[in-house]
Amino acid sequence: MSTTTPATTTVHGDRISLLKVLGPAHIWGLGVGIVLVGEFMGWNFAVGKGGALAALIACWVIGLLYTCVAMIDSEVTSTVAAAGGQYAQAKHIIGPLMAFNVALYLVMAYTMLEAGNAFIAADLLRTVAGQTGHADLNITPFILLVITSLAWLNYRGVFMTLTFNYIITAIAFLSILVLYVSVAPWTPGEVVKHDQLLTGLPYGWIGVVASLQFGMWYYLGIEGTCQAAEECRSPGRSIPLGTITGIVTLIIAASLTWYVATGLIPWEYLGQAYTPLYDAATITGSKLLMVVLFVGTLLSTLASANGCINDASRAWFSMGRDRYMPQWFGAVHPRYRTPFRSIMFLIPVAYVAATQLPVDGVITFSILAGLLGYTFMSFNIVRFRQLWPLGVIKRAYVHPFHPLPAVVLFILCMAVYFATFLGYADYLISILVFFIVASLWFSMHRYKYVRRGDQFTMPWPRPRGY
Amino acid sequence: MDMWNIAEYLAWGISGLLIVWMVVDAIRVGMTYDEALLQSSREGADELLEQSAGKVDAS
Repeated sequence: MSTTTPATTTVHGDRISLLKVLGPAHIWGLGVGIVLVGEFMGWNFAVGKGGALAALIACWVIGLLYTCVAMIDSEVTSTVAAAGGQYAQAKHIIGPLMAFNVALYLVMAYTMLEAGNAFIAADLLRTVAGQTGHADLNITPFILLVITSLAWLNYRGVFMTLTFNYIITAIAFLSILVLYVSVAPWTPGEVVKHDQLLTGLPYGWIGVVASLQFGMWYYLGIEGTCQAAEECRSPGRSIPLGTITGIVTLIIAASLTWYVATGLIPWEYLGQAYTPLYDAATITGSKLLMVVLFVGTLLSTLASANGCINDASRAWFSMGRDRYMPQWFGAVHPRYRTPFRSIMFLIPVAYVAATQLPVDGVITFSILAGLLGYTFMSFNIVRFRQLWPLGVIKRAYVHPFHPLPAVVLFILCMAVYFATFLGYADYLISILVFFIVASLWFSMHRYKYVRRGDQFTMPWPRPRGY
Repeated sequence: MDMWNIAEYLAWGISGLLIVWMVVDAIRVGMTYDEALLQSSREGADELLEQSAGKVDAS
């Protein structure tokens, strides 16, 4: 291989770094884009677990969990502005083994979610094909098309990728607003029939606890905004602004979604539906609404898959850069300024997951990996405040009421683990075994390749007590 | 062969083209640039700050 740098290179100076071009709108598009698909499908399984009211309780309780996540993440990321997000946080605040595990949580959560989204987008096309007389459409090429076309977009540059995500996410969010307005919420009982369809808690409070797991779908992935920190023009402003406005958007979207769907569809059916908002539009009888919700559903899956590719590749890239994985993955494209090798590496991983694994298993693995990450955050912020108290280092955002959000986050995470254990104990145990084996591999084999002094990059003073 | 069969072939074809494009570009970049340069990104290094500091120094 040549060892020269061409005269036409776009490299700045003697280093190639990720391009710093993102603003708050991109961060909003990334965070909400990954999550919004959960409003179009998935959240309604909470209805099946505990009834419509349980799903509303889950919506707000898990909304509280994610508000804690967003506040904690915003504070730490406004000081640790690096690709890898929570991985870089863990590396500086807890230690290498925790960082390795957090990075694996991130890669697994986002790659599995990407696979689930690709499958669902292709499955939507199969539904349309079936309605137009073409039964049994082979969805494999469409899964591959979704994954490769979005990977190609990510490969070509982060600005175009997240601008695209911002636009399609905004359209998908608008489709929820259109559906909400179309059911005339100002005249309850005319279109929406909550007075007849809300039937209390059919399985009691244990049903409410069981529904918490699927309440995660309303918000899963909002913490992915941190992955873009290194590519923000002003991370101290963009990350808190984009993340907090994102969680507000999602809480509004989740509440509207619950209101419309539970007012139109009996809970026994809603709890098993694959596309509840599209089904709600179908019940209204409006062809236009059906088209709007079909487009919204499809765009939400694409936005989520697109954001997941962005985030998973940054986490993998960060591990490569620190030699937690082969350093080859830590390369940046000299023209597009993207982690191109990490983006390409994850294409076959997502494709195999989407085509070979059951979609509910893929999504459950994604939820559990995310949940492990949230549990880490509750410890992380406490240690962060202990080692570097307020005033010692500059924080662009300081979250209020510390340590209450960390305590609430930890308690809610434990409740969701219990809920997951009720329905998916085998998945919970298998993912824990996976991370234990991965940790042993890292400690006993991989860590010897890491340049230990180079991995701590933040210009912070010595931590208190050291 | 109906529209959906054609769409299936198109999806395979476009996916294949995109994969080939990325692989060829990645190989070309690897052969053109020094590997140390490609892996020279540093966590925590703020390119915008460095550029603005450079302008201040120059003035």
